[in-house]
Amino acid sequence: MDASRHEEEKRRWLEETYLASPEDGGPFITVSSEPVDPLYGPGDVAGLDYERDLGFPGEFPYTRGIRSNMYRGRPWTMRQFSGFGTARETNRRYHFLLERGQTGLSVAFDMPTIMGRDSDDPYSEGEVGRCGVAIDSVVDMQTLFDGIPLSRITTSMTTNAPASMMLAFYLVTGERQGVPFDQMGGTIQNDILKEYIAQKSWIFPPRPSMRIITDIIAFCLAEVPRWNTISISGYHIREAGSTAAQELAFTLADGMAYVQAGIDAGLDVDDFAPRLSFFFNSHIDFFEEIAKYRAARRIWARVMKERFGAKKEESLLLRFHTQTAGCSLTASQPENNIVRTAYEGLAAVLGGTQSLHTNSMDEVLALPTEKAVEIALRTQQIIAHETGVVNTIDPLAGSYFVEHLTGRLESQAQQYFDEIEAEGGVLEAIENGYFQRRIADAAYRYQMEIEKGERIIVGVNRYANEGERPDIELLKIDPDAEREQVEAVLKVRHGRDGAAAEAAGEELRRRAEGTENLMPAILDCTRAHVTLGEMVEVLKDVFGEYREQPVY
Amino acid sequence: MPEKLRTHRVLVAKPGLDGHDRGAKVVARALRDAGMEVIYLGLHQTPEQIVRAAIDEDVDVIGLSILSGAHMTVFPRVLEMLRERGASDIKVVGGGIFPEEDAAELQRTGVARLFAPGTPTSEIVAFIQLL
Repeated sequence: MDASRHEEEKRRWLEETYLASPEDGGPFITVSSEPVDPLYGPGDVAGLDYERDLGFPGEFPYTRGIRSNMYRGRPWTMRQFSGFGTARETNRRYHFLLERGQTGLSVAFDMPTIMGRDSDDPYSEGEVGRCGVAIDSVVDMQTLFDGIPLSRITTSMTTNAPASMMLAFYLVTGERQGVPFDQMGGTIQNDILKEYIAQKSWIFPPRPSMRIITDIIAFCLAEVPRWNTISISGYHIREAGSTAAQELAFTLADGMAYVQAGIDAGLDVDDFAPRLSFFFNSHIDFFEEIAKYRAARRIWARVMKERFGAKKEESLLLRFHTQTAGCSLTASQPENNIVRTAYEGLAAVLGGTQSLHTNSMDEVLALPTEKAVEIALRTQQIIAHETGVVNTIDPLAGSYFVEHLTGRLESQAQQYFDEIEAEGGVLEAIENGYFQRRIADAAYRYQMEIEKGERIIVGVNRYANEGERPDIELLKIDPDAEREQVEAVLKVRHGRDGAAAEAAGEELRRRAEGTENLMPAILDCTRAHVTLGEMVEVLKDVFGEYREQPVY
Repeated sequence: MPEKLRTHRVLVAKPGLDGHDRGAKVVARALRDAGMEVIYLGLHQTPEQIVRAAIDEDVDVIGLSILSGAHMTVFPRVLEMLRERGASDIKVVGGGIFPEEDAAELQRTGVARLFAPGTPTSEIVAFIQLL
């Protein structure tokens, strides 16, 4: 049956057969409020050309996967994001996870560290070690990785505005373990654009922030070739309330802005593009998410080849990490979150992710306990070893529904790219509040759908048990962690060679005022035990601070 | 007939260092859509900034969103500063992630109400209208 004949037949079927029985339970929409038809068929994928749009795994346009053998060659990296209290406590959790079969580390920093403030800064009061680990200097980083050889493990660090300092702390930690820079592998998030758009953990204004990023890229290219210099993140855009299409489009638009910045800084696209990676959310709408990952690979490959003229194959590959959706979890009946997370993890795997964090059931209430995080890790191991989904590559390809959704998301993304261009580009769109407005609108619509009962959340607006309270153990952060950490940073400042620290700080200032790469100066500051907050203060002096015009 | 509810002025702010403002913005919009006057102060506000703005703007209610775990530091300080400046008539409510015993202690010591994740905005609107 050809496509146009199928369209006709589908209309006939709808009227004669389908509508003969009443519908119940609508509206039938995705988690992004997109309508879904009762049935998909050849007419819904009419323009699809197998060779042009899908191809084979490991071949352009990589819709079916970036590796020829995908999980038959190597499973995804199971990488649970973790950090709390002091470096010593978090180091214990890392050993716990590695002993239980985790294959990579992922550092969660506390808010002061994320914002470039030392633990004894007045703004840090009450927040030290609360939602991640406190790292003030290389001394803390050495404690964090005590007994963990940095030559053998790769580490992802969720750090953005102060990414250059965290990278330097990590590299000097490796140096002191005897590991050369070129043998260390890992990722820094280093995606400042999505901070202005969604997560809001910025320090400096956008333009100097972009300069820091291109400095990091250039430095790693020469010295740390295995380092992933930016993890271009849709995760936080989605958590802030965006739709799947917005997550896809805004993230890829950010990616294009970084590539352009690298080119503008005089770098060859094929030198740095292979070290860019991505980070997506896996929300609860199963098929929409799978389609999103497939569309992302196809768009990126085409953009890199056609717009940026990349020649190397690795420049075209959209490698990505996935985290299941924190915003899909519920505080009531938290055990249900295990089930949500399992479906979301499965979608990420069917979508071809390279690494995965599965949320723990209690993360909506606190940082996870060992028990909860072990269940989350086991969820991934069950997907990998028991469900059979890894046996064949991209098993949902050819599904009329999934291919239709993949194509629809691609064209929706293109519409957003056009809107961003009309704003004048990503930086201008940030300054105009374009992204922030779009996301706030989507978040509000989602909430109203729940309140009107158009969207059912189990245990929240349906099947809620009156008066029931969560009955699970929660992790408590040691209230002494803050005091201990404040003492530790004071000890670092008193114990160092003051003149060397001063000189290193001055060199950092000199480079910031000029155009020389900042990284060598940040590494020297690190070796001289200059703290995170001290380095950030120097750069704030030169670059200024960002202020947002709040919109809601 | 119930007497007509007067217009409430509400200050919504996010104290502390974290930037998770989805909830604060959704609530601010829901309060506005319910006819209240909303002053949205935005992110990274110190207790000093919050209390000063609340007094300058002559609000009836302060709504604070905290997800970073700093609630046991922030709420007591805001309440204390309101008392010091003779502005204890301004009610303080909050939203975010609070362990049960912390929520109980804060509500015992002066926070009018803390709303947990998943609370419908209609419930927040109804509570503030009756303050």
